[in-house]
Amino acid sequence: MPVAPERTVTATAPDRVGDPEPGPNRRSGAVRLRSLLSGRETPVVSALLVALLGAVLFVDMFATARNVDFLLLSVAAIALMALPMTLIVITGEIDLSVASTLALSSATLGVLWESGVPIETALWICLGVGALLGAFNGFLVTVCGLPSLAVTIGTMALYRGLAYVLLGDRAVASYPSAWVGGAREHFLGLPGLPWIAVAVLVLAVLFGVLLHATAVGRSLFDIGNNDEAARFTGVSVRWTKFWLFTLSGTVASAAGVFWTLQYGTSRADTAFGLELQVVAAVLLGGVSIFGGVGSVLGVMSGVLLLGVIRNALQLFGIGSEVLQVVTGLILIASVVTPNLVARLRAARAPRPSPPPAPVSASTKGEES
Amino acid sequence: MTNATGNAPQTSTAGAPAQPSGRPARRQRQFRELGVLLAVVALITATWLHNPGFLSSQGVRDLFLGATVLAVLAVGQALVLITKNVDLSVGSVMGLSAFGTGLLFVTFPGLPVPAAVLAGVGIGLVCGLVNGLLVTTVQVPALVVTLGTLYAYRGLNHWWADGGQVNAHDMPAAFLLLGRVSVLGVPLPAAVAIAVVAAVGFYLARYRSGRELYAIGSNADAARLSGIPATRRVMLAFAANGALAGLAGVLFAARYGTVDSTVGTGMELQVVAAAVVGGVAIAGGVGTVYGAALGAVLLTTITAALPIWRIDQFWHQAVVGALILAAIGLDRLLALRTARKLRGGGARGA
Repeated sequence: MPVAPERTVTATAPDRVGDPEPGPNRRSGAVRLRSLLSGRETPVVSALLVALLGAVLFVDMFATARNVDFLLLSVAAIALMALPMTLIVITGEIDLSVASTLALSSATLGVLWESGVPIETALWICLGVGALLGAFNGFLVTVCGLPSLAVTIGTMALYRGLAYVLLGDRAVASYPSAWVGGAREHFLGLPGLPWIAVAVLVLAVLFGVLLHATAVGRSLFDIGNNDEAARFTGVSVRWTKFWLFTLSGTVASAAGVFWTLQYGTSRADTAFGLELQVVAAVLLGGVSIFGGVGSVLGVMSGVLLLGVIRNALQLFGIGSEVLQVVTGLILIASVVTPNLVARLRAARAPRPSPPPAPVSASTKGEES
Repeated sequence: MTNATGNAPQTSTAGAPAQPSGRPARRQRQFRELGVLLAVVALITATWLHNPGFLSSQGVRDLFLGATVLAVLAVGQALVLITKNVDLSVGSVMGLSAFGTGLLFVTFPGLPVPAAVLAGVGIGLVCGLVNGLLVTTVQVPALVVTLGTLYAYRGLNHWWADGGQVNAHDMPAAFLLLGRVSVLGVPLPAAVAIAVVAAVGFYLARYRSGRELYAIGSNADAARLSGIPATRRVMLAFAANGALAGLAGVLFAARYGTVDSTVGTGMELQVVAAAVVGGVAIAGGVGTVYGAALGAVLLTTITAALPIWRIDQFWHQAVVGALILAAIGLDRLLALRTARKLRGGGARGA
């Protein structure tokens, strides 16, 4: 009885979408909706809406332009790194080196700027460095066939270490004030809307279209579900993963450039530990760590949910330590709940056709 | 049940008894741990030749003490990794236990030292049991669950500590002495770590339930079908890992005397790194605690050796990262070679 097959967690997703709208007459519409929203992000999207509503109603300063500005700036880097991470986790891999890539890119910018490289050039070099770092991850994972968890734990230390080698414990803070101010500037002069938020939104839409509306995006889900089968259908699993890691490195270094210009300093310990927050937001957003399930909407909601909760707690004068507990509990709840729901369902309705219910041993036997 | 033979526990790296199936694999592992050991010895020798002060009595003590906490944590992590799980919360658990132990002395000034040590280990045990319970009941990768508890335990610690810290003068001298006293030239914490490594290594190699952890890590479904109580075993691994993290916290508090809520931050990845460098595979089912402990010793020896080689301390982390990549690359190479060999001699196999 305690051996619920592991697959049930992912398997529940289609069922759940089927429940609320039983109309077979509009099937094409429903199918399209299902391909766009897997249903797993419904809880996090609703949680975000509830949190937003609660914060607007009960937290005094929350709905001010200044605070929204602050909130959006503070989640921008995590949101950026979470976008490629979503695609990578959907293919069943993981990239723990993103925060170190961010730091190394920031350190590179600092060293280049110090040595007199014009900042426009330095920015592009940083992006190139980020792409190389990501490509190195991709190379180790795809060509050498190493597990991405181990590889990116290694490159996380390596890239962070290289950032220390470049900068030591110094900080480069002599950036031109126009560039530093630029990072905090508003889009079209609208208060409460920093341009980085618009940039993230545009990128999120691009990633969303790529993931949910193109053949490449669909192939990512196939790879995550069964990369063997994906290979047989003509998907180049290796190249896809390689480019995803390269993309992740590039976007992380863009986040590094933004971070540097926002705070006006480059330091080697920048964004230390941020990779775990990115992973937490992605998982919270309904992406399955087994691969094959997830959506950009869910992940962006996850990022924003954590940001809103932190922001509201800060306005209440509650320290960030409580946020850590909250983050942890939300993350655990988000993985425990679907499992409990699935079990309750199995317990309540043991008869109907879905296979998993009664004889767990035999179904497992057939499975393997 | 337990086929504990009369052999001395120091059978070292070759630990596993006759294990008919994986002979090439076993030779490979043996080579792997021997490799790490050689690296440690070579590093220490070269550094000593470069500067004899490295192995002064104080230098040796520092080497021992430096490796102690990480080695104890790596042993626990190896137990969990072998079952194809991972525990990212160890840094937080260690911090919680270190602070809890320190705070106990503040709250109950007359507390006997053994009671405090037990309490510290107990805190870790409870955290480990919670992890194990979540992992086994939720059927979600331990990576996700323990990422959650990493934040939860750390936050709990921050909330408990409330920005404060426990200082050496809050702790009884007898407790602090634990971190300083030596037994036969070996600092007591290091002796504790060696005992832990030997005991857990012996258990994994010689006891049926220990061997079963490998079976679970290699193929959990097959292990379950062959009657291994996988859920209980995984719980056991997490609980043991938690208790060891608790012990590491106690050792930390005894050695440094000053404890705040940030103790152990970021430690989890260093611990996983030590285990991986020592040849414990993240994919489960492979590795020994001797290897993991050696990995921890190698990482801390590098830290100690860098300044003597006049290499900037800032290279440390880059070296560690390169070492991890080299270790998993080497594992991959060896696995490929074994596979090729098996295929070559595979006429009888298939």
